[in-house]
Amino acid sequence: MSLDLVTTDAFASQETARQDSPLAIRGLTVSYGQKPAVFSVDMTVEAGKMTAIIGPNGAGKSTMLKAALGIIKPLAGTTTVFGKPVAQQRQKIAYVPQRASVDWDFPTRVIDVVLMGLYPKLGLLGRVRAAHREKAEDCLARVGMQDFATRQIGQLSGGQQQRVFLARALAQDAELYLLDEPFAGVDAATEKAIIAVLKSLRDAGKTVVAVHHDLSTVAEYFDNVFLINTRRIAEGSVVNTFVSRHLQDAYGGRLAGAQMDALALS
Amino acid sequence: MIFDALLLQLGYNATLVTLGAALLGMAAGVGGTFLFLRKRALVSDAISHATLPGVALAFMVMVALGGDGRNLIGLLGGAAISAAAGLLLVSWLSSKTRLAEDAAIGSVLSVFFGFGIVLLTVIQTMSAGRQAGLEGFLLGSTAGMLRSDALVIAVSAAVTLALVLLMRRPLTLAAFDPEYGTSLGQNVPRTDLAMMGLVLAVTVVGLKIVGLILIVALLIIPPVTARFWTERTNYVVLISGLLGGVSAYIGAALSAALPDVPTGPIIVLVGFALFLISLLLAPQRGLVSAVTRHLGYQRQVHLRQGLLALAHGQPIYERMTLRLLRKRGWALPDGVATPEGKGRAAKAMRDETRWQEIRRDPAFEVAASRYDGLTEIESVLTPDQIIEVDRRIGRAGPVPA
Repeated sequence: MSLDLVTTDAFASQETARQDSPLAIRGLTVSYGQKPAVFSVDMTVEAGKMTAIIGPNGAGKSTMLKAALGIIKPLAGTTTVFGKPVAQQRQKIAYVPQRASVDWDFPTRVIDVVLMGLYPKLGLLGRVRAAHREKAEDCLARVGMQDFATRQIGQLSGGQQQRVFLARALAQDAELYLLDEPFAGVDAATEKAIIAVLKSLRDAGKTVVAVHHDLSTVAEYFDNVFLINTRRIAEGSVVNTFVSRHLQDAYGGRLAGAQMDALALS
Repeated sequence: MIFDALLLQLGYNATLVTLGAALLGMAAGVGGTFLFLRKRALVSDAISHATLPGVALAFMVMVALGGDGRNLIGLLGGAAISAAAGLLLVSWLSSKTRLAEDAAIGSVLSVFFGFGIVLLTVIQTMSAGRQAGLEGFLLGSTAGMLRSDALVIAVSAAVTLALVLLMRRPLTLAAFDPEYGTSLGQNVPRTDLAMMGLVLAVTVVGLKIVGLILIVALLIIPPVTARFWTERTNYVVLISGLLGGVSAYIGAALSAALPDVPTGPIIVLVGFALFLISLLLAPQRGLVSAVTRHLGYQRQVHLRQGLLALAHGQPIYERMTLRLLRKRGWALPDGVATPEGKGRAAKAMRDETRWQEIRRDPAFEVAASRYDGLTEIESVLTPDQIIEVDRRIGRAGPVPA
């Protein structure tokens, strides 16, 4: 009887956590054809923290994020953002897609890309005014790209392109920032610049979730981790969750013992 | 006569047709831009060919109902319905079957067109069919166009143009970064559908003037041409609309002056002439500029390599390098540096070291991104910055000079 009470309480507190969570996913399943890429995944992101989504290649990290945002249609599952369906909370979400998803020969300049982050505010016909342009330039300055504003985007290096994507997300003034592999194929200077911006967002009370592939920087960059390999493996603080037992579960034989040692995990 | 036509001096009807064509060209250029940027340009070819059975069936139905088979609104209505059917078939085939989109386009295009031609042949045998003039829909014809027809075309083209401009932001997002658009709450499939709807409208409206075989050119040539002149989406849209309008205006005017010439081919040829000029002469992306830039770049590379070789006291093997150095009086025929050449070589060497230094420091990122081994360092750094860089190099080791 007392046992029942405990579980109900635990369930109730979990429910409250979901209600408040900037991003709560329940029972999410996505499949390409008959093979699930993400199977029945639950995730509850902690507010005001930086969370890394990690897992081996093809584990469904990006797929989960895209399905939560409605970019891919899931087979099953619900996503809530601050307790409401994602479709009602678009103005609170800023998404930074993978760099590879875009045609870089597109006729658009750096500043135009950042202005896209203001499209929801501008509506269909709202004119781009000086204030909007200043806002976009501020966002570029925050990622150290202010001097590139009038370059065609194809002329930038990979890292610079990534920072422009981040500036576009900043222009949205969102509460929840979702980034898909922000550090993939970028130079060290960019990685530093991006992580500094993300930390400043967190310090301002925003929530950051990033798909991440470099295990060696997880502890340094993030507060929380979410481990996935098609199914959810574990989620929680880096200290408690980013441990060899869970990594073994997520990566299996793909992570050699030597690498585990290098990460200095308990 | 031709001059009169261009100045709209051939009477009220011809003027109306020419202006209608210009509006249509603008709508096609603007709408086609997003089709081109979304990389769906060929879908419009399927749409246009799929109009033919609709035109023929509409004619037959109107005759069967005892009306005038040539009523333009009726014919265009039929065209819109069968074009929509073709469009849906293409998207169904490419999304639900293993057929790729190009194969789906090819099959839909040929089957609908073939069916349309059969129907046209049947109409030829009908008593009302002799003067139907439906062949005019193949290549476009302004001859014998009614005032009301021209008005219908002008108004629908203007409406389509306004709709495309209204939707330019969602259309831009769908073309550039559909995933991001979705994350903002945009319904990208619906945007795509709307874009196809607008293209369909342009196609149907343009049938009478440009003809279904060539309307695709009016949708694609202007944006491709406009892309040569600018790196900004809004400007591509504007320039493309302008080019489309000009091509259609000139084409329709010429065709009004020379009644035996079909309108569509002339419009397309005018558009192609503008394309050719842009391909050759556009300042950044044009061929002439690209070739000149390449040759200039090659000369600079040879000069710089030659100077660095001189600075290192290495022999110069490439004849082009030696020739360029000699022409400037920096080297003698045997490859030995002149006094001026020695100075230049030392400068080249020092600049290499400076570049190396600023490329190492993230604070100089903007300047360093201009590094191509050739750009003069003075053009990216202020004299003060150069002194600062030299100071650092001095600390790190002696400047080779």
